[in-house]
Amino acid sequence: MSATPMTMPEREPTWELPSRGHVAMYALIVAEAAIFIIFVVAYLFYLGKSLTGPTPKDVLEVPIFYTICLLSSSITIHFAVGALRQGSVGSFKAWWFATVALGAAFLYGTGHEWHRLIYQDGLTISTNLFGTTYYSLVGLHGFHVVVGLICLSTVMAFALRGDLGQQHTYRIDVLSLYWHFVDAVWIVVFTVVYIIGR
Amino acid sequence: MSTDSIALPRPREASRPLVDQLHDWVTTVDHKRLGILYILFALFFLVVGGIEATIMRIQLIRPQNDFVSPEVFNRMFTMHGTTMIFFVAMPILFGFANYLVPLMIGARDMAFPRLNAFSFWLSAFGGILLYFSLVGANGLYGAGNAPDVGWFAYAPLTAQTFSRGHSTDFWTLAVLVSGFGSIGTAINILATILCLRCPGMKLGKMPLLAWLNLVMAGLVLLAIGPLTAAQMMLSLDRYLGAHFFDTQAGGSAVIWMHFFWIFGHPEVYVLVIPAFAFVSEIIPVFSRKAMFGYPIMVAATVAIGFLSMAVWAHHMFTVGLSSNANTFFVLSTMAIGVPTGIKIFNWLATMWGGKIHFQTPMLFCIAFLFQFLIAGLTGIMLSAAPFDWQLGNSYFVVAHFHYVIVGGILFALFGAFYYWFPKMSGKMYNETLGKVHFWLFVLGFHLTFDFMHVPGVLGMPRRIYTYEPGRGWDTWNLIVTIGVFFQALGILVFIGNLVWSRVKGNAAGSDPWDAWTLEWTTSSPPPAYNFAIIPTVKSRRPLWDLKHPEDPDWKYE
Repeated sequence: MSATPMTMPEREPTWELPSRGHVAMYALIVAEAAIFIIFVVAYLFYLGKSLTGPTPKDVLEVPIFYTICLLSSSITIHFAVGALRQGSVGSFKAWWFATVALGAAFLYGTGHEWHRLIYQDGLTISTNLFGTTYYSLVGLHGFHVVVGLICLSTVMAFALRGDLGQQHTYRIDVLSLYWHFVDAVWIVVFTVVYIIGR
Repeated sequence: MSTDSIALPRPREASRPLVDQLHDWVTTVDHKRLGILYILFALFFLVVGGIEATIMRIQLIRPQNDFVSPEVFNRMFTMHGTTMIFFVAMPILFGFANYLVPLMIGARDMAFPRLNAFSFWLSAFGGILLYFSLVGANGLYGAGNAPDVGWFAYAPLTAQTFSRGHSTDFWTLAVLVSGFGSIGTAINILATILCLRCPGMKLGKMPLLAWLNLVMAGLVLLAIGPLTAAQMMLSLDRYLGAHFFDTQAGGSAVIWMHFFWIFGHPEVYVLVIPAFAFVSEIIPVFSRKAMFGYPIMVAATVAIGFLSMAVWAHHMFTVGLSSNANTFFVLSTMAIGVPTGIKIFNWLATMWGGKIHFQTPMLFCIAFLFQFLIAGLTGIMLSAAPFDWQLGNSYFVVAHFHYVIVGGILFALFGAFYYWFPKMSGKMYNETLGKVHFWLFVLGFHLTFDFMHVPGVLGMPRRIYTYEPGRGWDTWNLIVTIGVFFQALGILVFIGNLVWSRVKGNAAGSDPWDAWTLEWTTSSPPPAYNFAIIPTVKSRRPLWDLKHPEDPDWKYE
């Protein structure tokens, strides 16, 4: 191998590049956002174009409580990462558990709402265009909440086993970016489905 | 250039059992091996897709031919398009990006080696899934096997009513799975370029190949999402009775077109920007001059990236858009001609006054320049909505986009193959066979695709399985089909050359072209760790600086 020795500068210059974990997570978020945008566009495009009922006005109720749950989980995960950065694992566990609980509560809310829509109002994905777009958009977001909860619970399990420490702050921080994204998407979905669409 | 002592003894491949060697390849996370796997996988599908094209051309060689049935013809053009875009062009370009980007930016691997392997195997299994439809899609009697809805699968053809059985589902899932693989690779390329550059390599000092692949990866992130979303909707329609594209229930068939082409047009630039990247590396080396107008080249690429997101509906002029939409998409499409033209002039200016070496890689790049220019010109013709109303969906369009994909992208790819083959294999290819391949392929390409414009202008629609005599299309179709055989012969020579040179070729040495970028500083093929010492660079041509310490580039950049 004739690797060419490169000229070494006299003084080691500072050479800092962005962290690959954050760059990759932001890139994933861009790709995911593109998927969500298409579902949001489909929702808006088909608003009011259903040939039969029920319509959003008839059956949708604004899930204020569960929205507050999900959005506040962004705050708790922020504090959790902060606590881990300080090295206080106990406080991290408490905040992290709160995040998981709030996410799970939101998921329960979605399940409850779907149950009511399906069994009381007779709205399924094949009922009309509203059902088609509503279940796919809210369902796609719900799927992301599920994936997020699986990741968060895995971290929780590691933390409870005592395998998590300050040295993992970087990874936990990257993971928290995903969770913030899931919450931010809900703001869009909430606005589109429950405010504009209703 | 004398750090041979640092190189660790490499295990001799030949001495190990074949099973162990295969196991190494299957479980590898090395960017170079994954790059080669991508390329071999794509070459296999290039042959498969080529055979499908040949079957279509034999069917069309004369009027009222009955070489294949109309049903088989439909499957052939669907599989040909899907294969060539998703399982040839994308993986082959990802393969080169995988192999070259870390070497050219002075890194030891991609940012996420395991994600890299995962993405490759997703793409590979996507391709296998598509072809498994030949065996597995016969779910219903008489429903047919391979997908036959066209590579853009317009609704309502894809609805359960019109596409019985599972062929469309195989298509959807294959494209969906390979899309996830593409997103994984794009994230990886992006993170590698942004986070793993060697000391001194600021963004403005990166080789153009790295810059262009950075833009390509960004486009993949933006473009694959809409395709993924559309495939999800189609699956929901087909399996859960959703109504996204179901006009009976108020859904819209046109919105599928929008979603597909929001992916489909940026996809063209996902494919052509890496081709630009190869040309931008090869032309300077074989003209013995530094790239002309590096910053403008980067700016033009970024501009193409942005513009390409806003032109998709020029695929839909014939559908009938509002006049405002027509005007917008005509203008945005024509606007892309500006940065693309800048690039062509930059390559010409690089060659101007240079000492041009007409070896095989350069020949392919020169042909690329001519052909891509013509492809761009017919593109500007088609971008005018009234012209498109006449010739949309005709063979003129088919000729145009094959000029882009074969005349542009494939020619640049062949150039890249010959240019980097010595690095990847450690052996020199056979120059005579390379030139034979070039001339056969040029001849075949022009016979096929120059003359294909004519039946289009004479009104021959695409995707018809046969035609009546006496419409003035007969001779043209005969010439077009004859060209295909020259191309096939060229491909055979190409593959023969690769195999023969890999086994019997002369050792290439680490820097056979007297080139200037970092991949040529390490041995051929490079060791698993790429660089014993991570290099430090001061200019865009670090190897020039080393070879010419009396006149380094960094004094002028």
